[in-house]
Amino acid sequence: MKIGQRIGLKLGKATRDAFGLALAEVGREDPSVVVIDGDVHNSTRTEYFAAEFPDRFFNVGIAESNMVGIASGLAASGKTPVVASFAAFIMCNAFDQLRMGVAFPELPVKVVGSHAGISIGADGPSQMGIEDVALACALPGFAVVVPADEPSTKAATRAMIAHPGPVYLRVGRPKVPIVYENGCDFQIGRAIEVRDGVDVTIVANGIMVAAALEAAHLLEQEDISARVLDMHTVKPIDQTALQAAAEETGAIVVAEEHLHYGGLGAAVAQTVGELCPTRLAFVNLGDRYAESGTPDELLEKYGLTADNIVAAVKRVLD
Amino acid sequence: MDRLLSDEKRTELVELAKRIRRHIIKMTTEAGSGHPSSSLSAVELLVTLYFGGFLRYRPGEPGWPDRDRFILSKGHAAPVLYAVLAEAGFFPVEQLWTLRRIGSPLEGHPNRKRLPAVEASTGSLGQGLSIGLGHALAARLDGRKYRVFVLLGDGEIDEGQVWEAVAAAAKYRVGNLIAIVDHNGYQQTGPTREVLDLDPIPQKWSSFGWHTQEIDGHDLDAVAAAYSAAIETGDRPSLIVARTVKGKGIEAVLDELGDHNMHGKPLPKGAAEKALALLA
Ligand SMILES: Cc1ncc(C[n+]2csc(CCOP(=O)(O)OP(=O)(O)O)c2C)c(N)n1
Ligand SMILES: [Mg+2]
Repeated sequence: MKIGQRIGLKLGKATRDAFGLALAEVGREDPSVVVIDGDVHNSTRTEYFAAEFPDRFFNVGIAESNMVGIASGLAASGKTPVVASFAAFIMCNAFDQLRMGVAFPELPVKVVGSHAGISIGADGPSQMGIEDVALACALPGFAVVVPADEPSTKAATRAMIAHPGPVYLRVGRPKVPIVYENGCDFQIGRAIEVRDGVDVTIVANGIMVAAALEAAHLLEQEDISARVLDMHTVKPIDQTALQAAAEETGAIVVAEEHLHYGGLGAAVAQTVGELCPTRLAFVNLGDRYAESGTPDELLEKYGLTADNIVAAVKRVLD
Repeated sequence: MDRLLSDEKRTELVELAKRIRRHIIKMTTEAGSGHPSSSLSAVELLVTLYFGGFLRYRPGEPGWPDRDRFILSKGHAAPVLYAVLAEAGFFPVEQLWTLRRIGSPLEGHPNRKRLPAVEASTGSLGQGLSIGLGHALAARLDGRKYRVFVLLGDGEIDEGQVWEAVAAAAKYRVGNLIAIVDHNGYQQTGPTREVLDLDPIPQKWSSFGWHTQEIDGHDLDAVAAAYSAAIETGDRPSLIVARTVKGKGIEAVLDELGDHNMHGKPLPKGAAEKALALLA
């Protein structure tokens, strides 16, 4: 992946790999963790957990609604179920089960959607989860987490299991640049300032954090000082960090690998609009499906680039 | 059994099946991704449907209202559908080499918005039979005589929606709906028998009221006979369970690679050359 290369970020593991490895680790420490699969454990990487804990792993076939219903029952009986499939399938196919079986009774089911975003590449739009964050945010009580890289995904996986309520964790298919070379202090609901700045704030999550850092670097060469916030938790959103960003930098650009409606941009706009109205601009997929292509080609064609963030910054500062 | 296919026709279909297998290998290896093994198991099923005189279509007019519908519910087998559509004249064969490239209408999974020859956008498994039922009901409303064929995977039928459609199709007695299950014995993470065993499939569907048949899905005469029986079932929807081999035609290459599922993996260049030689 080209993102982050210009500023020398090293390519780390895919976030789905980081999740799968961390899940197996957590499985060793917490016997209440059980995993439900829908014939995709070699894609979501719950295969590592499955290999170590075959008795706590249930592959129920290609049946996402059933997966979530089963998780609901397991949670009500004291287990900590992790249901993992492609983001598109688990969120879209099983939405009513997430509503009635998880959100409504407030059960601590951990939902993991892999292959999120357009950066899955050639498999094309039917496999790309790009509505998932909006859907997850719509469910009362859900925490919605979109980590940026390998180290933060490992931390997010642990935080997800420790979190008392339901969580949606979004991970991706391709290898992504490492933002947190020296680990990170990851707390659900607490944004991480990955770079300080005074003229503008770029709020991003997922792979767009690396793109935001790249944009900040480009902006620096034009004497624009950009703060970068990794808003890995879309819900509950970090109001304190956003209010500070609005007050201290006066302009915000939101970048995410998701549709325009209902994602991080919407959450930031609602928060800032209430606490400290500020000029905003958005870098996202808009209101459309993508197509097949290589990850880099698609990110370029659909506008998820550092250059586009730079252009958005110039719009808000104009 | 009466042989429906003339010797000339059978020879033609055998040659076509080989050519389509070669297209599938070339397309996916060139693209560097895709699902060749899932496509190879369905070659005879599609070749007989499109070129054996069972599916009525007009390549120059994909939206022809009286066309028979074919829905690839197991959308990941897009390469076999694209290869068949190209050979049928819907678009040039050269376009096959753009599979999965940016800008190409030949996406990883079928997208009817960008490729009108595709009847339904698929790729999220379990949905095609319901869509087929919708077409079948529309035919009744419009007094049209078209038939609707839907190809499903044997893993795909894990999805609850499939069984909802099975029950509803029986209720509405849609004799113009024909489901084909490509029973290749594998799904993504292993043998269907281990992941979720739904055998015996025909008995399950017949208990809902469907007409059912079970055949060798690589025997052109058997496939032709099954289609011809399936379209003569009066007002009962019809199921054909086709026993198939995932990766049919390149078994020797899969042997060497030590993977008889090869789910979602294109052949590496060297293996593809061997496969093409086998299919020459
Ligand atoms: C709703 C949904 N869940 C999961 C997947 C991922 N997936 C793609 S193909 C496949 C296995 C399909 O097996 P089968 O239907 O037997 O088809 P085959 O490849 O064997 O022909 C899976 C699980 C999907 N495409 N859609
Ligand atoms: Mg199968």
